Amino acid sequence: MSDNRLSVFKTYKLYVGGKFPRSESGRVYEVTDSKGKWLANAPQSSRKDARDAVVAARKAFGGWSGATAYNRGQILYRVAEMLEGRKDQFVREVADAEGLSKSKAAAVVDAAIDRWVWYAGWTDKIGQVVGGANPVAGPFFNLSTPEPTGVVTVLAPQESSFLGLVSVIAPVIATGNTAVVIASADSPLPALSLGEVLATSDLPGGVVNILSGKTSEIATPLASHQDVNAIDLTGADAALAKELEIAAADNLKRVLRPPVSRHHPEKGAQSAAPSSAVDSDGTADWTADPGTHRLTAFLETKTVWHPTGALGVSGSSY
Amino acid sequence: MPTTAPAFSDATASDSALRRFLHGLPGVDAVGLEARAASLGTRSIKTTAKAYAIDLAISMIDLTTLEGADTPGKVRALAAKAVHPDPTDRTTPRTAAVCVYPDMAATAVAALAGSGVKVASVATAFPAGRAALDVKLADVRDAVAAGADEIDMVIDRGAFLSGRYLKVYEEILAVKAQCARADGTDARLKVIFETGELSTYDNIRRASWLGMLAGADFIKTSTGKVATNATPANTLLMLEAVRDFRAQTGVQIGVKPAGGIRTSKDAVKFLVLVNETAGEDWLDNHWFRFGASSLLNDLLMQRQKLSTGRYSGPDYVTVD
Amino acid sequence: MASAFEYAPAPESRSVVDIAPSYGLFIDGEFTEAADGKVFKTVSPSSEEVLSEVAQAGAADVDRAVKAARKAFEKWSALPGSERAKYLFRIARIIQERSRELAVLETLDNGKPIKETRDADLPLVAAHFFYYAGWADKLDHAGYGANPRPLGVAGQVIPWNFPLLMLAWKIAPALATGNTVVLKPAETTPLSALFFADICRQAGLPKGVVNILTGYGDAGAALVAHEDVNKVAFTGSTAVGKAIARQVAGTDKKVTLELGGKGANIVFDDAPVDQAVEGIVTGIFFNQGQVCCAGSRLLVQESVQDEVLDALKRRLSTLRLGDPLDKNTDIGAINSAEQLARITALAETGEAEGAERWTAPCELPSAGYWFAPTLFTDVTQAHTIARDEIFGPVLSVLSFRTPDEAVAKANNSQYGLSAGIWTEKGSRILAVANKLRAGVVWANTFNKFDPTSPFGGYKESGFGREGGRHGLEAYLDVR
Repeated sequence: MSDNRLSVFKTYKLYVGGKFPRSESGRVYEVTDSKGKWLANAPQSSRKDARDAVVAARKAFGGWSGATAYNRGQILYRVAEMLEGRKDQFVREVADAEGLSKSKAAAVVDAAIDRWVWYAGWTDKIGQVVGGANPVAGPFFNLSTPEPTGVVTVLAPQESSFLGLVSVIAPVIATGNTAVVIASADSPLPALSLGEVLATSDLPGGVVNILSGKTSEIATPLASHQDVNAIDLTGADAALAKELEIAAADNLKRVLRPPVSRHHPEKGAQSAAPSSAVDSDGTADWTADPGTHRLTAFLETKTVWHPTGALGVSGSSY
Repeated sequence: MPTTAPAFSDATASDSALRRFLHGLPGVDAVGLEARAASLGTRSIKTTAKAYAIDLAISMIDLTTLEGADTPGKVRALAAKAVHPDPTDRTTPRTAAVCVYPDMAATAVAALAGSGVKVASVATAFPAGRAALDVKLADVRDAVAAGADEIDMVIDRGAFLSGRYLKVYEEILAVKAQCARADGTDARLKVIFETGELSTYDNIRRASWLGMLAGADFIKTSTGKVATNATPANTLLMLEAVRDFRAQTGVQIGVKPAGGIRTSKDAVKFLVLVNETAGEDWLDNHWFRFGASSLLNDLLMQRQKLSTGRYSGPDYVTVD
Repeated sequence: MASAFEYAPAPESRSVVDIAPSYGLFIDGEFTEAADGKVFKTVSPSSEEVLSEVAQAGAADVDRAVKAARKAFEKWSALPGSERAKYLFRIARIIQERSRELAVLETLDNGKPIKETRDADLPLVAAHFFYYAGWADKLDHAGYGANPRPLGVAGQVIPWNFPLLMLAWKIAPALATGNTVVLKPAETTPLSALFFADICRQAGLPKGVVNILTGYGDAGAALVAHEDVNKVAFTGSTAVGKAIARQVAGTDKKVTLELGGKGANIVFDDAPVDQAVEGIVTGIFFNQGQVCCAGSRLLVQESVQDEVLDALKRRLSTLRLGDPLDKNTDIGAINSAEQLARITALAETGEAEGAERWTAPCELPSAGYWFAPTLFTDVTQAHTIARDEIFGPVLSVLSFRTPDEAVAKANNSQYGLSAGIWTEKGSRILAVANKLRAGVVWANTFNKFDPTSPFGGYKESGFGREGGRHGLEAYLDVR
């Protein structure tokens, strides 16, 4: 390799419906590393990109939610396999994005890969953990089963550009939802590269759609979009989160609020979100045990009744 | 086949056609059926409606004795009771019929002559029905010849449960033919399914239609000789069948629950089922009967309570 | 139904219930007047008779009640679960003991038939408390981690259609998990909640654990908005549910909403027809159709449409409408003049839009609020009466040809609370149930409820589940 060789830059593109479009607006914005050095021009998504992503996610929902849990698990695991092979690229992107040393960035990428494995294993277990038979007082079979909510808008965390990103996408799709993901505004490159991995992991197009740009510009139309069923506000600051939650009420989206300390000082630490997931300063600790709350936040419980009754009236003879 | 309702003549053309027809009837959800019967059982019947219901129920009773120990004396006593259920109150209605074994039919006919109370005779090797067809038909012939007004036959449950529906159907036709009298009239034919042995509600619905297609004048739940006899649910189901049959053919068929109905409260619940399922056209002893024995005394005690305001006791009704 | 067998009236005795001429708010274990002294009247919808005059809570009363609940929270949440359980068991037992009284009261105040309050509402109320009582000392094993904590003060706003049952759905899980409660019953049905306050007294429940504020929507809004409320639980209209969702945005209040519905009741050609007809009747005429999970859209397969409709009309002709206290009454009064006006207007819209109207032949009493059982045929998805929740005894009948079409039409709604399936084919039940976007699916039955069975909707029918293990989550800090 000659030191003089000019490297080939990558054009970072959105990931929508299994394809890699540029923003329909034609806009890009400059992405720099933590020290301000130019890394790439990322697409600056518009309302229309958001709308297209919802169409793609809705189209993919029937097939993905209808796939067997085993199948979804294998595909999530496949994502981990693909990432493992492209680890170097993600270590570099994460180090650039988050200003981490190579070894710290490698630990983050390892954790992210392991997170896919964790959620890959959940796909065919969550139904048993949160569903089940209900012993009703009558001659009825009664079964509660969790089902995916539908299309989920995900505001990925702003700080943790890859581990945080994976930690919010994987639980949404593990249960059969489809996602429209808004990448970290300042550090979108790991997210856009993840799209390339997802595209080669047997994940059907449209199950995950990744948009980069100004978070509020993309999130606002998604929060009020009538064909979006839920919104994860993890990547929103308090003001934006409130605004989006108000907009989300238009069609009663399920809202997962950002993981910050709650307001009541007198309730102290007890009332905070599960302490394992939040540092003392209120920012998320993505290395903690994720638990199941990100899975259950986007599940609906369906309860089906059916009469049982007796096999027949007793038929004894003389 | 002249007795088959024309609308369904194809259904009985062959064993397979009959099976297709019977298995094409809407299914019955057991829990839903029982819930509906129970819900009608919560109707509260008071005062004038109760007095009406009690008299109606008395008039619908097939006062029954079907014992190995039956004697002419026992049958005559029962006949007397049927004619004057309450000797202290001549306004008490008579029962619809007295129901006996075929060898007692002549005795009953003599005892009831001129009373208007009918004589019903069980037949066809009641209650099991396990005899050769010739024997069963002879049984029917004897009873009709003895003057029985009504014949209560049992179907061949073995044939029914093994899917030989046409055999059951043809046997009913054959029995029906034996109900003809020399003067051109017929004894009315009640077809007993022994619902407790048919076991499922789907079977009871199929048996009901099978019986109606074969020309039954009445469809009847049971012999009273097995563990499960008439229930609100199986009677409701049979009432639905006669209601639907009339809607489709114009032919009205009667229903007779038998066995296990012992109290006035039970009887009134069955009348509510009739009223709200088949309708008031069936609120008449030509179309609805109770196969019972001890029920009558309970109805009489309730009747006395309504007329005197006092609760009655078993010493104030006759034991026959 | 003019019949030889005309049932004589069989009214349940009113004397089992003693309604006081006036009631106060129940705050911190005491009945007190509203701060501004306001009162309102509650009437019996079947006669328009004034039953009582109750205090009308305002913002100051809300604040007082929330403070009382906050004060009580510390001790109540610190109580061993086994002790909380015993309070709830006591309440369940006292409800059973007083169930006839409460059934009559509920029928008087709500207008629903005594048959329903006696056989459905009250048994379910007692069962709900009994069920959640048992959870109070088993929360470690409920699947929400070790030692899950309560949220604090729960502000609960309930509707008028099942006043005491909705109270049970709200209060039982809240108390079992260690929360304290401020509950606002609907303005047209305040009485049973006030009687419940008396049951709390009999059970020796510590002061302030349960507070009852009678009043109007403004009191409910103040309760939802109160900054010291940690949990909001609401059952009612979707419009108010959305307002609440906006109101709590940006706070840490946990919210569960049980809202409207437009349930599809799907009848396939191989259905058990007689039971399906009963299920259709139960689905839309139970509680005069004033049920959020009512099967208000009948989707019937074209090949059996005539048969099913004939059977349905015949059955509807036997429904007995009248005095709700009469044990033989099937259809009682509409809860309020306002609701009657809404039902009437929507039915008129149905006619104006071209649907065919059929009304069961029955005489309506001269006093009170009544609406005869009504069905509309020739309804399409585009009709208002196929989309809007009527919340009354009005059934819209649509047809379909294939299972796919049935599912598509059933799901074509902003709501997703309930659905029914009628077919004898097991695999079809499972396939259709799987595709329906609804929180409760009744197959070959309808409108069945049980404390162990989670209840709640998809889409604009709300979020969160009430009942069962799932119902605990709404009151635990397990976000």
